[in-house]
Amino acid sequence: MIRFENVSVQFDARRALEGIDITLGEKRIGIIGANGSGKSTFVRLLNGLQTATGGRVLVDDLDPAKDGRKVRRHVGFVFQNPDNQIVYPVVEEDLAFGLKALKLPKDEINRRIDEILARYDLSAFKTHPSHLLSGGQKQLLAISGVLVMEPRYIVLDEPTTLLDLRNRNRVERAIADLDQTVITVSHDLDLIAGYDRVLVFENGKIVVDDIPAKAIAIYREMMA
Amino acid sequence: MIAGLYIKGNSALHRAQAGAKILAMVALGTGVFLIPDWPVVGLVLISVIALYRVCGFGWPVLAAQIKPVAWLLAIFFAVQLWLNDWQAGLLVITRIAAIVMFASLVTLTTKTSDMLASLERAMRPLKPVGVNPEKVSLAISMVLRFIPVIATVASEIRDAQRARGLDRSILAMIVPLIIRTLKMADDVADAIEARSFD
Repeated sequence: MIRFENVSVQFDARRALEGIDITLGEKRIGIIGANGSGKSTFVRLLNGLQTATGGRVLVDDLDPAKDGRKVRRHVGFVFQNPDNQIVYPVVEEDLAFGLKALKLPKDEINRRIDEILARYDLSAFKTHPSHLLSGGQKQLLAISGVLVMEPRYIVLDEPTTLLDLRNRNRVERAIADLDQTVITVSHDLDLIAGYDRVLVFENGKIVVDDIPAKAIAIYREMMA
Repeated sequence: MIAGLYIKGNSALHRAQAGAKILAMVALGTGVFLIPDWPVVGLVLISVIALYRVCGFGWPVLAAQIKPVAWLLAIFFAVQLWLNDWQAGLLVITRIAAIVMFASLVTLTTKTSDMLASLERAMRPLKPVGVNPEKVSLAISMVLRFIPVIATVASEIRDAQRARGLDRSILAMIVPLIIRTLKMADDVADAIEARSFD
C-alpha cells in the first residue's frame, strides 16, 4: 500500500506538487498530465529519488525519505530512456549489477539472470554488447534489470515514448504480464486504458482520479 | 568499439584467471621494451598471433584488432626510417603491434565483469586509504558502456547541425553535446541510485 499524506514538493520558486493526499492500492495505476504537471516528481517520491518538502510518503509503512535503501529494494524504477539506465556494457553484466548490490550469492544471481532473459526472449543476447540491442530490446533489458531484483512495485516513467509500434506493443505485453503493482507515467493513453485507476495531474495537483475510461476522456477534453 | 569485445570460447586463455591475463599483459608490455632486437620482438609478435589461432580466432578477428592502429604503425615506421634506419622502425612497430595484439586478445577472451572483478580484488588493499574498489570498477564499466552511447549522441547532433548548415561550427557541435551528456549523467546517477547501488 502506498500513501501520500499532504505531500508538497517545492523547487526554488516553483511548486512542483501541492497537497497530494492519496492512497494507492490497485495493481495498475496510470499517471497522465501535460509536461511539467508534476507526474514525474510524484513517482520519483516513491523510491526516494525525490524527497518531499512537505508532508510524507509511505510505501508499505516505510518512508522513502528516511529508509531510501530499504524502499528501493521494493520499488523498481524504469526510466524513459533505457540508454541512461543500462550501466554495464554487456547484457548479463548489467542484469547482475543490481543483484550484486543486494549481495546475493553467485548461483542465485545466475539463476535469476537466466530466468529473466528466457522470459523476454533475450537468452541469445546474454553476452551481447548492450549498446547493440534494438530500442525495444534495450527497454526490455531495462525492465529486466529491475525485475531481477524482485520488487513489489514497479514504476515506469514513460516506458514507450522512444519506441516504434512493434516494440511499444512488446513492452505493453511485458507490463501486462507482471505480477507486481505497476505505476505507469505515460503520454501513451492506450497503454493505460486497461488499468485499474488513472490519475490526471495539472499544475502539481491531482485533478482527476477515476477509472481509465472516464479519466482519459476528461484529460482529452482538458488538452483540446 | 571498445565495449563488448569479448567473444565466447573455451580455450585455455578463455578459462584463465582475468588477473593472470592482466599481469601477463603488463609483463609483455614491459618486456618488449627491454628487448633491443627487432627479430626477437618479431618472434614475440608471431607467438601472440599464434595464440589467436589457439583461442580459435580466425584472420578476420585478428585483422580487425590491428586495422585501427595500422596508420599509426605506418607513421611510426616512417618517422624512425627518417630519423634512424629501417631496423629501428621495425623494432618500434613490432613492439607496439605485439602489445596491441596481446591486449586485444585479453579483452577478446575476458568478460568485462571478470576483468573488473580482478581489478576490484587488486584494489582492496587500498580501502584503508579511502579508495572504494566497487566505485572505481563501476566508473570503468560506465566509461566502456557510455563510449558508444556518447558517440551516437555526437552523431545525432552532427546530423542535426549539418541539416541547419552548421557542419563547420565546432561550438554548434560541442555545446549541445556537453549539455546532453550532463543531462544524461544526471539521469544515469538516478538510475544507479534506483538500482540500490550506494
